[in-house]
Amino acid sequence: MSPVLWPLVIPFVGAILCFMTRHTGIDRWISVAAALAHTVVSILLVVEVADGSILAVQLGDWPAPFGISMVADGLGAAMTLITGITGLAVAVYSISDVGQRAAFSGFHSLFQMLLAGVTGAFLTGDLFNLYVWFEVMLISSFGLLVLNKGRDTLRGAMPYVALNLISTIFFLTAVGLLYGLTGSLNMAHLRVTLDGLEPSMTLSWVTLLLLLAFGIKSAVFPLFFWLPAAYHTPAFSVSAIFAGLLTKVGVYALIRTFTTIMPLEPLFADILLWCALLTMFVGVIGAAAQQEVRQILSFHIVSQIGYMVLGLALNSRLALIGAMFYLIHHIIVKANLFLVAGVIHRVTGGSQLKSIGGLYAAQPILAILFLIPAFSLAGFPPLSGFWAKYVLIQASMELSDWIAAGTALLVGLLTIYSMTKIWGEAFWKPHPAGDDALHGKGIAWSAWVPIGTLAALTVIIGLFPSPFYAFAEMSAQSLLDPSGYIEAVLGGSAP
Amino acid sequence: MDALLAGLIGLLFAAALYQMLSGHFLRFLLGLVLISNAATMTVFVSGRLTIGAAPLIPVGADAPVTEVANALPQALVLTAIVIGLGLFAFTLFLAIRTFRRLGHLNANTPLPQSPAKNGSLK
Amino acid sequence: MNSLIYKVGANLLFGILLVFSIFMLLRGHNEPGGGFIGGLIGAVAFIVYKMSENIAATKKVLRVNPEHLAVFGLTIALAAGLMGPALGEGVFAGQWLFVGGTEDTKGWPISSVLLFDIGVYLTVLGAIVALVLEMERHL
Repeated sequence: MSPVLWPLVIPFVGAILCFMTRHTGIDRWISVAAALAHTVVSILLVVEVADGSILAVQLGDWPAPFGISMVADGLGAAMTLITGITGLAVAVYSISDVGQRAAFSGFHSLFQMLLAGVTGAFLTGDLFNLYVWFEVMLISSFGLLVLNKGRDTLRGAMPYVALNLISTIFFLTAVGLLYGLTGSLNMAHLRVTLDGLEPSMTLSWVTLLLLLAFGIKSAVFPLFFWLPAAYHTPAFSVSAIFAGLLTKVGVYALIRTFTTIMPLEPLFADILLWCALLTMFVGVIGAAAQQEVRQILSFHIVSQIGYMVLGLALNSRLALIGAMFYLIHHIIVKANLFLVAGVIHRVTGGSQLKSIGGLYAAQPILAILFLIPAFSLAGFPPLSGFWAKYVLIQASMELSDWIAAGTALLVGLLTIYSMTKIWGEAFWKPHPAGDDALHGKGIAWSAWVPIGTLAALTVIIGLFPSPFYAFAEMSAQSLLDPSGYIEAVLGGSAP
Repeated sequence: MDALLAGLIGLLFAAALYQMLSGHFLRFLLGLVLISNAATMTVFVSGRLTIGAAPLIPVGADAPVTEVANALPQALVLTAIVIGLGLFAFTLFLAIRTFRRLGHLNANTPLPQSPAKNGSLK
Repeated sequence: MNSLIYKVGANLLFGILLVFSIFMLLRGHNEPGGGFIGGLIGAVAFIVYKMSENIAATKKVLRVNPEHLAVFGLTIALAAGLMGPALGEGVFAGQWLFVGGTEDTKGWPISSVLLFDIGVYLTVLGAIVALVLEMERHL
């Protein structure tokens, strides 16, 4: 079987096995094993495409563009690998975080299903198939979200479900219109057909609908408010995987659609640029006003999404490299911060900043492991976030877009403010109930290992950015010039 | 026929958006049904309409002998309907549970914060 | 539902619908029908039964947990898809075996396509029944 399909089949098999064993307690280990296997096959996939080659598989041996194509190029393979790594980290973390009742309701099965959906979205080469993977992802995320039956969860789930459903419908409508316009759904074939078409009103509507659909998915200003309402309520494992992966699938879809399928027209690029800047700014201001750890982090997701979308909107080679670098760095860092938030909650017994404290004295190693992703998020050298921001700001300056560069710098500064707020309140100040309150609250190995590993990855990307940069450069090249992609899918002869 | 259906789709979208914007979750659900029908109709009409010719290949032939309807949009619409059914069922479930728990379904009523209970799956 | 007419009718319908669902499943490859439609009709049979009896009786007559049925169907469908690469072809490529074929006829076709359809049938049947029973429980 082609290496493209292994990362898809493994989580599916994992989901089935987890479901069958959900009453035995083995399911969590199966989940870890499946995530590990997913990571390994994704590494092999990345190795295969690292030289710039593009792998394509036609499902059922139906020739493209008639069947469904699964394609792994640089971006898709890298995102698959990062899905595997994040999935593995969260699977290990959930060993101790997810209780029996949630496991009985099928937590691990839903979790693997979510990974399958995310991976499918990254690897598909067919627009309608992307819609189907979105739904797989969405249904499992709904299930995971409401496993925790609290009032706040239900309250947050309403806008989350509602907005995501609307996004889905917009996406489907756009797919329908695009099919009516071109008679094709295969991404490579769409590019070939659209290149031969005059710009039309219908095409503009399709662009707008896709922007709206993926904008909601990726929580871009002004469509972001469902995210901070929902992400602080579910279990910590759940919110870590949501924070790491879900919105990034939206960003990936934006990048894929508006580079490979249809390059962004200048008018829409301008709109997207301003939305990106506002997203960055509003997100970070929102975070400054919050007093709960995960709510602060949720608003930071919004703010960081702005950076990635900025990379797409600037529409230059360097900016795309920056966006891709940012995507990869951000997933690792953000998932890690949510995992740390889980540990903070467990050790101090709360998430409201004013009711917790004393962590630095009680858990100095945890404090360091918090500082690494937190500083990386803010863009301190020599961590991964520094390089991501550096490339993006350089790209804006290259295009003389001083407003974008200035906003990116300012938002970085403001990010430090809310990170130091968490640091000062949760770690530095004494616990309101006296520091003795934290005694005897140990941290399980299953929390240490993923947090430590993700932090180490952040440092490694920061210290040795050049291979990652080279990979992002190669991927950006194939996005800007999709002829290799088209040839890999359609076999050189476009029908 | 195409123009008639296009008008119908517009009408469905308008009615759905009106329902969805009302701020009541039950009305949102009704709007959701309408809007997913509107979207699937869009996909369907995009494949152009061929009336009264099912895309079936007669015995002995390798391809349809006469002009038949486009089968792809039908497959797409079926997929979309199935997915829509699943999503709607979940949303209905959520609405029932939310109503049990909160006692109302009005999206605009603020809720007192009780964050201490968050984040636990035990 | 507490109506004698409905109860007698439901018992009749239950069997007819189940047989009809299998009929729809099997004719699916060359004519309108297939696993999805069949599964829906099968689910309707159990819903009709539920309306004349109750949840416990429906679960008993189904014999297996509907959720397990759905996951089992998914497994079969996945296995059918993976038969392609196992025999050296693409994923989800149909594999055909003709039993007892002569020069004039192809014989009885046995295929991974049918296996996939059976998987879909079980998935749809299980999922819909599970969904409806769960909703009934909450109302």
